[in-house]
Parts: sequence; structure tokens; C-alpha cells
Amino acid sequence: MCKDASEGKHLDRKQDGARAENDWSGHLARIAEAQDRAAFAELFAHFAPRVKSFLMRSGATPTLAEDCAQEVMATVWNKSHLYDPTRATVSTWIFTIARNRRIDALRKDRRPEPEDLPWGPEPEPAAADVMAMQQETEMLRVAIRALPDAQRELIEQAYFGDLSHREIAARTGLPLGTIKSRIRLALDRLRHAMK
Amino acid sequence: MTELIKHHLTDTLLTAYAAGSLPEAFNLMVATHLSLCDSCRAQAEALEAVGGCLLAECGTEAMAADALEATFARISTGTAVPARRRDSCSVLPQPLRDYVGGDVSTIRWKPVGMGVRQAILPTSSAASARLLFIPAGAAVPDHGHRGIELTMVLQGAFSDEVDRFARGDVEVADEELEHMPVADPGEDCICLAVTDAPLRFNSWIPRLVQPFLRI
Repeated sequence: MCKDASEGKHLDRKQDGARAENDWSGHLARIAEAQDRAAFAELFAHFAPRVKSFLMRSGATPTLAEDCAQEVMATVWNKSHLYDPTRATVSTWIFTIARNRRIDALRKDRRPEPEDLPWGPEPEPAAADVMAMQQETEMLRVAIRALPDAQRELIEQAYFGDLSHREIAARTGLPLGTIKSRIRLALDRLRHAMK
Repeated sequence: MTELIKHHLTDTLLTAYAAGSLPEAFNLMVATHLSLCDSCRAQAEALEAVGGCLLAECGTEAMAADALEATFARISTGTAVPARRRDSCSVLPQPLRDYVGGDVSTIRWKPVGMGVRQAILPTSSAASARLLFIPAGAAVPDHGHRGIELTMVLQGAFSDEVDRFARGDVEVADEELEHMPVADPGEDCICLAVTDAPLRFNSWIPRLVQPFLRI
């Protein structure tokens, strides 16, 4: 991950939040490549309590949330080789695992998953792409913080509260366009490389 | 080929998918479409980033004292999850193959009349999913909808009053739409259809058949 750090210096307005996120993708790489238990312990200390909180806000009892959070973190270890840092931050990726676990546990539905597009043919994702994804996600986070309370609560309800799809209003004015173009670019490259 | 898709999923559906609030049958539709459509996948992953931001800021709940040890114990009994890769030769994307147990040749079709066949997929009862087989050139009986019905083409193409739909295209039909899809003459058409309410057919023969459709 040293490559990331040297690239990062050339970017102005680099934010602390982005740097912290970037450190987590390094942790995942160490888990995937070297089964690094120390890296996992740090990742666990940060994310497990957040996953547990997310699950309790979604209606899980403390006991169920504890059990599911452990299961989510075990899945993080077992899927670490599928994480693509150019398409999602570690928070986003762990969110999707926690969301899927919530569907399994609270609704007892099966959760169909799209085909995986793991980072295949290239040995390492481009550091600049990883950095750009961290920064755009940070912009999104700032935008969510800046939303009027009523709007932010609606989004929180949608993501935590298991609302039906009719109740979710998607128009929030969040800067999803940039992050979407970024992901689109990463997918295009991936498809091209897989041909 | 992903660039050729003209009819996409709505933002409302993709938001509900990202948030994890869709019934299983609709999840299956979205997962299948995302396997073919990079544009919608990028939108879905951007909406998942919203979830990631909320997770990062949703506060913490203390884990049990032995939680890390317990998690390592779970890890030691589990195995690395293999990637579910694209198989460009198959008609059914992986999420559907998981439900069918294989590709098109393993689908257990049941005739529903006029050459049309269907296979109902096992999902939770909140909504239903089925595969439809429409012979080349044939029409599905004129029908309306009580709820939302999504139809995605997997093979061949069909046309109706709205437009022409080919592989990867999704038609979103609501209560307003009464349509009669007709398959292109060149190739049998296979679709995935999901709905949150029973279909209603407008001519009396299909109406008699409807109880057997179980949709």
C-alpha cells in the first residue's frame, strides 16, 4: 500500500476520513494475501461494533445482533479476496455483507447475488483509482451529513429500517453521479481485462 | 453487449435493492439484471456507498468480550468463498442458475396454453418469480396487472405496445399497462418475470387457466 501513500501526496485536499478508509483496504489486502490475524483484529475492533449497531437499529435483539456481527466479520475474512477497492470502500463493502446477513436473519429470505466481478487479471488495482474512490465516498459522506434532518432520517430509515420499496423516495440530491461514473469506469476496465 | 441494453431498472428499485428492502423475487430480478448491465450495477454500487457512509456513522454497540476469539473460531470452520464468475456461454446469469440448478436445459417447463410455457421459481411468498418461454412469433395473452410486474428478456426478444425488448432489457409494467407481448419471429423468447400481485388476463380462456399459473 506504500504506492497509495506516494500517489496520495500529489493530491490536494486529501482528507483524514479518506486516509482512514484507505488504511482499511490495506488491512483487507493483508488478510487476503497473508491471512494476517493482527490486521483482522484491528478491522474487527473498528467495524464489528458498527455492524452490531446497524443490526440493532434494524430491529435485531442484542443477542441476534452479536451473533450476526460475528458472522458478518467471519464472512469479511472469507471473502476478502473478492474485495475490489476501486469500486467500493471497505465501509461500503462491509455494509453490503451486513445488509445481506440482515435479510437472511430477520426475514429468512434467500438473497440472490449478482455475478462477482472480482479484480482478476491485474495483480494490483491502480492506486490512483483506489484513492479516487475513497475521496468520492468521503464527499458523499459529507453531503449526507449536510442534509436537512428530515431528509437524512428518511435515508436512514430506508437503509436501517427495512421499509418497503414504495416508501423510499430516491430523490435526495446526493452527489451519486461522480461515484457512479467512477464505478462505471472500473467496471468497463474490468470487463475489458476479462475478455 | 452490456451497452446494448436500452430498458433499465428504476432508481426506486435499485435504491430498495441497495437498502436491502426488496422481496426475494424482486431481489432475484435485480441481481440477474446487474449481472448483465454495468450501467445499473454502477448505480446500485453508488447507492450501496450511501449505506457504507451510514454504517460508518451509525454509532457502535460493544461486542461481547470473547467476540474476536469466537469469530476466529467461525473462520477456522469456514472456507474461502469462491467467486461466482460470469459464464458467457450460458443463457441464464448465475443468480438464476442458482435457482434453476443449471442453465436453460435444466428448466422444468409447464405448458400454460397457446405454446407458452412457464417455470415458477421458489421464492418467499411476498412476490413471485417465474421463467416464461414464448415460442418464436407467438403472443402472450393480452393481460393487465394488479401490482408491479417486471419482465426481463434472457433470450430472443419481444415487442408490445411500449417498445421492443431484447436480452437484458426490463419492462416495468404497472396497473396502467395492458399489453400483449409478441416474441420476435427468429428465436424462441425466454424471460424472467416477477410480480407482487396476480396477473389478470382479459380473454376468458386465459382467465380459466389463471388459477394454474399460480401468479
